[in-house]
Amino acid sequence: MALTEQDIARLARLSGLRLDSNDQSRARQELDRILGLIEELQAVDTTGIEPMAHPLAAHQEIALRLRDDTAEPAQSAARRDACLRNAPAPHEGLFLVPTVIE
Amino acid sequence: MSQLSEFHSIQALGEALRSRRVSAAELAADALRAARAHADPNIFLQIDDELTLAQARAADQALADGTAGALTGIPIAHKDLFVTEGWRTTAASRMLEGYVSPFDATVVRNLRQAGAVSLGKLSCDEFAMGSANENSAFGPVRNPWDAERIPGGSSGGSAAAVAAGLVLGATGTDTGGSVRQPAAYCGVSGIKPTYGTVSRYGIIAYASSLDQAGPLARSAQDLVPLLDAMSGFDPQDSTSLESCDGRPNTGGRIQADFEAARGAFQAAGQQPLKGLRIGVPREFFNEGLAPAVGAAVESALQVFESLGASRVEISLPLTRLSIPAYYVIAPAEASSNLSRYDGVRYGHRAAQYTDLADMTSRSRSEGFGDEVRRRILVGTYVLSHGYYDAYYLQAQRVRRMIADDFRRALADDCDVIMGPVTPDVARRIGDNRQDPIADWLGDIYTLGVSLAGLPAMSIPCGFGGDSGRLPIGLQIVGRYFDEGRLLALADRYQQATDWHQRTPELA
Repeated sequence: MALTEQDIARLARLSGLRLDSNDQSRARQELDRILGLIEELQAVDTTGIEPMAHPLAAHQEIALRLRDDTAEPAQSAARRDACLRNAPAPHEGLFLVPTVIE
Repeated sequence: MSQLSEFHSIQALGEALRSRRVSAAELAADALRAARAHADPNIFLQIDDELTLAQARAADQALADGTAGALTGIPIAHKDLFVTEGWRTTAASRMLEGYVSPFDATVVRNLRQAGAVSLGKLSCDEFAMGSANENSAFGPVRNPWDAERIPGGSSGGSAAAVAAGLVLGATGTDTGGSVRQPAAYCGVSGIKPTYGTVSRYGIIAYASSLDQAGPLARSAQDLVPLLDAMSGFDPQDSTSLESCDGRPNTGGRIQADFEAARGAFQAAGQQPLKGLRIGVPREFFNEGLAPAVGAAVESALQVFESLGASRVEISLPLTRLSIPAYYVIAPAEASSNLSRYDGVRYGHRAAQYTDLADMTSRSRSEGFGDEVRRRILVGTYVLSHGYYDAYYLQAQRVRRMIADDFRRALADDCDVIMGPVTPDVARRIGDNRQDPIADWLGDIYTLGVSLAGLPAMSIPCGFGGDSGRLPIGLQIVGRYFDEGRLLALADRYQQATDWHQRTPELA
């Protein structure tokens, strides 16, 4: 099943990636090849097999722990600044982004 | 030659430190000089003398106070996938160039609390995606045994640093073989523990249901204190295990299991491994296996037999299908995990853009390298409407069948599984550039173990390649939570052989 240019454009959009026309044609070739590889899975009879999301599910009962839905006490302004230090455009404790609504 | 090169084990250096014949600060200063002077400047992504020396001075204080442990003052380094306060953390990506974490990964904190002294951050494949360390945005790492060849990946900097004698231990992560394969290619020992035993908190996420941290070192014996310090329940990781088959997941578990198994081997005399059944999967010895690798693994199996073990042929019929199953599941999880890089909260932001969506997509396309973009596209595809069931859920069903095959073999037929880590020795840098999928196929012997979440090691077992000087690894796979016994088995092999003592200079 070969991918079309439209398929690649849609995938790029869903992936949040910008591909120029060179990138697009290369991605198309590579994905065709990769899909050929993963197509091999279709030949396996998996009737009655439950999908396995956790790698130890074949060994033991898996119950993921959930945290209580409670607010943590506010930390210091210094801590906030440390977390914002990596932001490309921080401003007074906020993340700046391009205007979304005029 | 650095002072560090006089010590061939963590134990020997630890004794010298505790008897105060060596100071941690002098050793660290010397190791930093050696790391800077090393022929391959790409192994370390960052070195910071002051941060390292502060840890070394704290180690000397603990040594003076008599509070030192097995790792106090031991020079190690961290794969750049572990976030660190102080040292920058980049995951070898332009996306995170200059990123400084506000906290330490749990593994980093655990090793620091155990007294280990970090020399800095080691190169890897970008976001741990790759098997050659060529996907680092900051340049390839060279194999210390042959500068024209890859060290393997994704923990390539970790394996190269240990092989080059720059550190006595290094952290790595293994999602589909990223500890075991570079350990094999660089002639060092490495272990990926059971999924859930080591915290993933502070490890930059690639594929969350597969990612697991493990150490690399010169020998199985050296891996014991490293893995023991790294392991333990962590409430900050939702998949961290509180217990391992009813026993608490805490430091000391692996050390105790290792010592118990080693004691039993010693007590058994001439045939220490009598009764041990080694399962050898016939699918691991297919036509794709290089003869030199097959011969080295065969010799290793004979050593185990001479120690009293017996060999049984087993079948893991879905071995080949672990490749497509993994390359659906891992990219699917990656495409989801890497959606956090949006150019807003951290990471690269494009200089020019028209609106928010344009800013995000430009930032991501500029920040991510080819392999990362490729895996995001594949992951998005297999998760998208109309393909989710056919690809993603089907891969998860095949994953269960693969895990069941391992479980059945280890329950009914054998106590441990052995085979090659890789089909061949390390290839040349640049060889697969035109065919990005070729490296994926080389992961065939490591992916099944990762999908099943089992513990597995790689230890050196010989040399091959045209020069006869490229290391070959033996893979040892155990039952869930069997890390201590696996390490003791590897240690028993290393008492009978000297492959692990070979170093590139002396080869």
